[in-house]
Amino acid sequence: MEPITVTRVQELIDTFAQKDIYLHLETTNGAYASHFDQSFFSASAYIRNAHINYKQGKITGPGPYRVGLELEIGWVYGEGLTHFELNEDGELILAGLNQDGKIAVALELSNQPFRK
Amino acid sequence: MKEERQVLVIFPHPDDEAFGVSGTMAAHIANGTPVTYACLTLGEMARNVGNPPIATRESLPDIRKKELQEAADAIGLNDLRMMGFRDKTLEFLAPGVLKSVVEDLIEELNPSLVISFYPGYSVHPDHDATGEAVTEALADIPKEKRPTFYALGITLENPDIVYSVKEFTEQKLDALRAHYSQFGANNPEREEKYRSGDRDLVERLENERFFHFKFADD
Repeated sequence: MEPITVTRVQELIDTFAQKDIYLHLETTNGAYASHFDQSFFSASAYIRNAHINYKQGKITGPGPYRVGLELEIGWVYGEGLTHFELNEDGELILAGLNQDGKIAVALELSNQPFRK
Repeated sequence: MKEERQVLVIFPHPDDEAFGVSGTMAAHIANGTPVTYACLTLGEMARNVGNPPIATRESLPDIRKKELQEAADAIGLNDLRMMGFRDKTLEFLAPGVLKSVVEDLIEELNPSLVISFYPGYSVHPDHDATGEAVTEALADIPKEKRPTFYALGITLENPDIVYSVKEFTEQKLDALRAHYSQFGANNPEREEKYRSGDRDLVERLENERFFHFKFADD
């Protein structure tokens, strides 16, 4: 992964638009967040291989970045994105790494299902 | 350390073994006791991907698989099983699925000692789900045939069993080093502190702690 280049990521988002694709979306604080700090309210969400088709999508913000995808009947978005990669399987990987370099959010698009 | 017929270690994540059990595993192997390590997931959902990143969410499983194999090699383990479940999903599996995985392993290996997490006291939901499955499987075995269960309890104090694994610390450090994607950033500092005699770290690395799990009929 490398730091996000907005123009490059926008191009990649465009290539996945108006196609039936697979989405991986997660946010996480880590399973130990409330163990290390009892006042910390740990919440996260995870969806793997949602089958979606978006009309258009956009990357915005000064960095960390936000990405939103407009579906025919709804929306997908993620914030805190810092890094990207188009991997050897042609999957678009967007991730937000926090100050310690740990994944805090991931938003990924693929033409084929991600490994279960 | 008590000599065993066969040891079965069951943890959900690559690296769960490294800090708390790798010395004990190495000691049993040095005794000539067969040791099997069944690792339920590949830690696919770890947040550490290296800094700067050396992995993505999608490439991490293959990297961690390799690291787990290297850690097993460092310990001298020759029966490593990767069970193919997905990190952070164990507590959501259909009832009985994990229990029957444990039952099959026990049936095949006939261990005299099982090592896993203490259910309810192991912080991570995967740890607790694993410990629960082990406990349920063992509870169904008649008392006279039931293997001993040594559990790791992260939030429990006063362990029943404390093994000195000083003799195996170098192997243990190698195992920790093998999990580079997870511990890479902290390893050099930890090793330096250990070698300079940091009392807390020496104590923690050279000893491994277990709770002897008691069943209802014990």
